[in-house]
Amino acid sequence: MPAQVITITSGKGGVGKTTAVANLAVALASDGAKVVCIDGDIGLRNLDVILGLENRIVYDIVDVIEGRCRLRQAMIRDKKLPELYLIPAAQTRDKNAVSPSDMNRLVKELRNDFDFVLIDSPAGIERGFKNAIAPADRVLVITNPEVSAVRDADRVIGILEAEEKGPGALIINRLNPSLVKNHDMLSADDVLDLLAVELIGIVPEDENVIIGSNRGAPVAFDPKSRAGQAFRNIAKRLRGEKVPFLDLDHTEGLWQRLQRLAGRK
Amino acid sequence: MNETNSLIQIKGLRDGLLVSLDDAPWDVQRVALLAQVDGQPAFFQGARLALDVASQVLHVNDLVDLRDQLSERGISLWAVISESPTTEKTAQLLGLATRISKPRPEEGRKFAVDDLGEETALFLSRTLRSGTRIEFAGHIVIWGDVNPGAEIIAEGNVIIWGRLRGMVHAGAKGNRNAVVCALDLSPTQLRIADEVSAVLKPRESPKPEIARINKDGKLQSEFWSPG
Repeated sequence: MPAQVITITSGKGGVGKTTAVANLAVALASDGAKVVCIDGDIGLRNLDVILGLENRIVYDIVDVIEGRCRLRQAMIRDKKLPELYLIPAAQTRDKNAVSPSDMNRLVKELRNDFDFVLIDSPAGIERGFKNAIAPADRVLVITNPEVSAVRDADRVIGILEAEEKGPGALIINRLNPSLVKNHDMLSADDVLDLLAVELIGIVPEDENVIIGSNRGAPVAFDPKSRAGQAFRNIAKRLRGEKVPFLDLDHTEGLWQRLQRLAGRK
Repeated sequence: MNETNSLIQIKGLRDGLLVSLDDAPWDVQRVALLAQVDGQPAFFQGARLALDVASQVLHVNDLVDLRDQLSERGISLWAVISESPTTEKTAQLLGLATRISKPRPEEGRKFAVDDLGEETALFLSRTLRSGTRIEFAGHIVIWGDVNPGAEIIAEGNVIIWGRLRGMVHAGAKGNRNAVVCALDLSPTQLRIADEVSAVLKPRESPKPEIARINKDGKLQSEFWSPG
């Protein structure tokens, strides 16, 4: 079966695109899928760092496109997951080194050998973004529960509709249930109310995400992390499984939980 | 003549002609294209033309000039395809499509209204997202939400069967009798003719509302009530 090509984008920077790509790639590959991720953020590459593969880069995507190496030579195999590969971005070039048709050609070459091609889009709605969405079968829009991030996500969804890439599915990242409870943060419902698209996952705020990123070991590897669990669930949904959403309202203490389990509440 | 022709490729499309230019200087290209057109007026007469300008960086003046020169010859330029983001932006600014599989009828384009006069309305049934701008020389009716960052500019009234959270300008050519109605009237900004309202607070439990200019010449909104 040819690969599903999924681009992750957001409009706004810093909402967690790269982290999401790394974690979804890890979750899918841990589940036995053949996955290749492409870092589309040429000039500001990060995905290699988060996957902990920085020191293995020899060739990058621009080398492939400009014919300095074969595609296979630029693909870096993950340390732990033999079915996970990364095609890194070039750090010394800019977005104009690649065109949407280059991306289409490159992805076409990968389609038959993988189950998933994940593309990490740069922030913004310019050339790099256009490159990243060009080959996509499906686009995941990621946002934080913040007004400015949601505004940008709305703009991106509008562009996706105009470019006939579908409305995309939404990941709400870094939701903090206790802030939502005090009305200090937009709730998932507030966000969905405005964006009116399909929700594919809610990832709770979790400090392990940052720790994992810094160590080059995405949280999806960590069976105890709630954010890791959320990413693993999204990966399952991408494979067509029905997975219930996490119960994020997890603020009750042990005593309340015991009471509830004992049927006293 | 042969030399100039080699710069230009012309292909028939389902809905018009696609003209591809290469990377030669814009003035050379433009002259070559017009020469080609003048050489075969019968072939080009009445054509809808899409222009692929490769990586040329074009500004508003360049495209406006070309569009005018083509329209003098009975040719309508409807799309400009480019790898240059600047050129794409220019084309969008002029309401030209930037991809040919699908012209974008309502994004950033001014609609031409001819015979029906002031009573024409534009009906859109979708959510208008941030970055969308709808301009129309009559009334605008929207069945869907208008999100923050979207802009609606109508010469007549604006009626929104949904939530209004973006910017709306009714009576944009100075009609002070224009109104704006919405099921939830919480725009980031509301204008009627030359009156501009300050921010209306989002409602806890929204009700249908109508905004108009009152007797004192101030913008005012009131809840709709039956009867």
